[in-house]
Amino acid sequence: MLNTFRRVLALTVITLSSLGGSQAFAEPLKVMASFTVIADLAKNVGGDRVDITTIVGPNGDAHVYEPSPADAVAMSKADVVLVNGLHFEGFLKRLVDASATKATTVELSKGVTPIEFKPEFAEADEGHADHDHDEASAEDHDHGKDQAHSQDHGATDPHAFQSIPNAEIYVRNIADAFCAADAEGCDAYRKNAETYTEKLKALDDEVRAAIAAIPVEKRVVITSHDAFGYFEHEYGLTFLAPQGISTESDPSAADVARLVEQVKNDKAAAIFVENITNPRLIEQIAAETGIKVGGSLYSDALSGPDGPAATYIDMMENNIRQIKGAILGS
Amino acid sequence: MQALYALLVSPFVDYAFMQKALFGSLLLSAGACPVGVFLMLRRMSLSGDAMAHAILPGAAAGFLFYGLEILPMTVGGLVAGIVVALGAGAVSRFTVQREDASMAAFYLISLALGVLLVSVRGSSVDLMHVLFGTVLALNNEALGLIGAIAAVTLVSLFVFWRALVAECLDPLFLRSVSRLGSPVHFIFLGLVVINLVGGFQALGTLLSVGLMILPAAAARFWTARVETMCVAAVAIGFASCVAGLLLSYHAALPSGPAIILSAGAVYLVSVLAGTRGALRARLVTHRHRTA
Repeated sequence: MLNTFRRVLALTVITLSSLGGSQAFAEPLKVMASFTVIADLAKNVGGDRVDITTIVGPNGDAHVYEPSPADAVAMSKADVVLVNGLHFEGFLKRLVDASATKATTVELSKGVTPIEFKPEFAEADEGHADHDHDEASAEDHDHGKDQAHSQDHGATDPHAFQSIPNAEIYVRNIADAFCAADAEGCDAYRKNAETYTEKLKALDDEVRAAIAAIPVEKRVVITSHDAFGYFEHEYGLTFLAPQGISTESDPSAADVARLVEQVKNDKAAAIFVENITNPRLIEQIAAETGIKVGGSLYSDALSGPDGPAATYIDMMENNIRQIKGAILGS
Repeated sequence: MQALYALLVSPFVDYAFMQKALFGSLLLSAGACPVGVFLMLRRMSLSGDAMAHAILPGAAAGFLFYGLEILPMTVGGLVAGIVVALGAGAVSRFTVQREDASMAAFYLISLALGVLLVSVRGSSVDLMHVLFGTVLALNNEALGLIGAIAAVTLVSLFVFWRALVAECLDPLFLRSVSRLGSPVHFIFLGLVVINLVGGFQALGTLLSVGLMILPAAAARFWTARVETMCVAAVAIGFASCVAGLLLSYHAALPSGPAIILSAGAVYLVSVLAGTRGALRARLVTHRHRTA
C-alpha cells in the first residue's frame, strides 16, 4: 500500500500552464505517455488542454521497465495512450491488457519508414566469418518498405524519434489523436503542433549544420547500445555499439575487438556513454585505445528537469553538441 | 604453426581487454570451482541462483543512498547475501528445516524486499544490469576484487580443508568430535557468497554461477576423491574460460554464454564418457554379468 502510494507520487504528473490558447474549461484530456520523449512532444502539442502522465520516468530504461499497479490505475483512467510502437515498450501490451483501459492506444511511429537494425560492422570486414545474430538484417539492408512482417523478430529499430523529421511525424500523429479525442480543442492542437514543428525544423537545420562542420572521414562515434540508427540514417553520422539493439543483450569479444580496431585505425573519433547503461564496457574500450570518453548522450529517455536534456529539443541539442565537441576536440 | 598461433594466442596478445577477461575468469575459476565442488557435495547446487536474487535488496539500498555507484552497490549486495546465507544456514542448523527450504524462504523474502526498494525509488533502471558487469569490461578494480576473493577462498579452503570435507560428508560426526562444526558451515557459506557477489559484480550472474557449478558437476564423473575433484574442477573451469573466450572472439558469440556453454559441453561429455559416467558404468556392469 505504502509502495503504491509512493509510486503514485514518484510518477511524473505534469500539469501544464504555459502553452497554447487558454480559456478555462472543465476537464483536461487525460493523456498517458509511455516515456519521457513522447510526454514532452505531447506537452508541446496539448498545451494546457491535456494532463500528461509518464510511465517510464526520466533516465529510465523502457526496454526493461516493469509496470506497477499505479501505472495500470493511471492507464485505466486515461483518455488517450501515446506509445512509440515498433516494439519499443516491451511492457506495454501486458499493461494495456491488465488495466482494461478504454482509451485509444496510438502508436506514434505510424507513418515513419522503419529501418532495420544495421548489421554491425558488416561492410567493415566481409572476409571475416561473421555469421552472427545480425546476419538476417545484413541481407535485406535496403528493403526499406517491406519490413513490417519482420517486426516480430525484433529486427526493426524502434528509436525512430532520434531523427527530427520523424519527430515531426510523431507530432502530427499526436495532434490527430488529440483531435479525435477532443474535437473542441482541435484548432488549438493543430496550431500548437504547427508552432512546435517550426521549432523542430529549426533544430533540424541546426543539427545538419553541426554535422556539416565535421569532416566526412571523422563522422564515426561509438556508443554503448544501438539507439541512434535513425539519427545515422538521417544525418549521415555512423554510430557503432558493442551492445546491439537492446540494453539486455550481451556483447561478444569479436564485437569489442573490432571496435578497438576501429578506434586504433582512427576510424572512430569519439566514444560516449549513454544515460541508461552501465558505462564500464565503454570505459574499457576507451582505456584500451587511449581515446577519451565524451560526455553523456541521451538516447531512450530524457534527463530530469535540471539535467542537460529536459526536453526533446534539449536532448537533441545536447547530443549534437557533445558529438561535435568530442570529434573536433580529438 | 602460424595458423595455430593466430587461432589460440594472438587474440590474447593483441587486445588488453582479452587479457583482462582471461585473467579475471581464470582467477574466478580458481576460487569458485572448488567452492562449487563442496556446494555440489552438500546438495546445494541451486543455491547459487537463489543467491543472485537474494543480493538485490543490498544492491538496491546502495543505489538508493549513493546512486549508480558500483562500490556501495557491491558492498550492499555482499551484506544482503551474507545475511541471507547465514540466516538460511542458521535455520537449517538449529531447527528441523533443511537447507533448501530455508534458503528458498530467505531468498524470496530478500528478493521481494529488493523489488520493493527499487520501486519506492521509482527508477526503472535495471539494477541487475547495472550491477552485473560483463567479462569483456573488467577494469583493474574488478580484477583486484576477484583476485582478493580468490586468495581468501583458497587460503580458507587450505586452512579448513579437513573440517570442510568432514562437515560435508558427515556433519554429525564432525560435531561430535570437534567444536568447529557450526563455524565451518558458516565459513563455507561466507565463501559461497563472496565468490558469487564478487563474480556478479565483475562478470555477470550467468558466468559466476555457471563457473561455480558446471565444472564441479563435470568433475564428479571423473573421480571420487574430494582433492582430485577440486583440482579437476579448476582445470575444467580454466579450459572452459579459454575455450569460451576464443569462441566468443572467433565466432562473434556473446562471451558469458560462450564460456558457460563450453563448461556445459565438458559436463555432457563427462556424463557420458567420464570414468564414473553413464557409458562406463554400463560397460563395467555388463562385463561383470558375463564373467
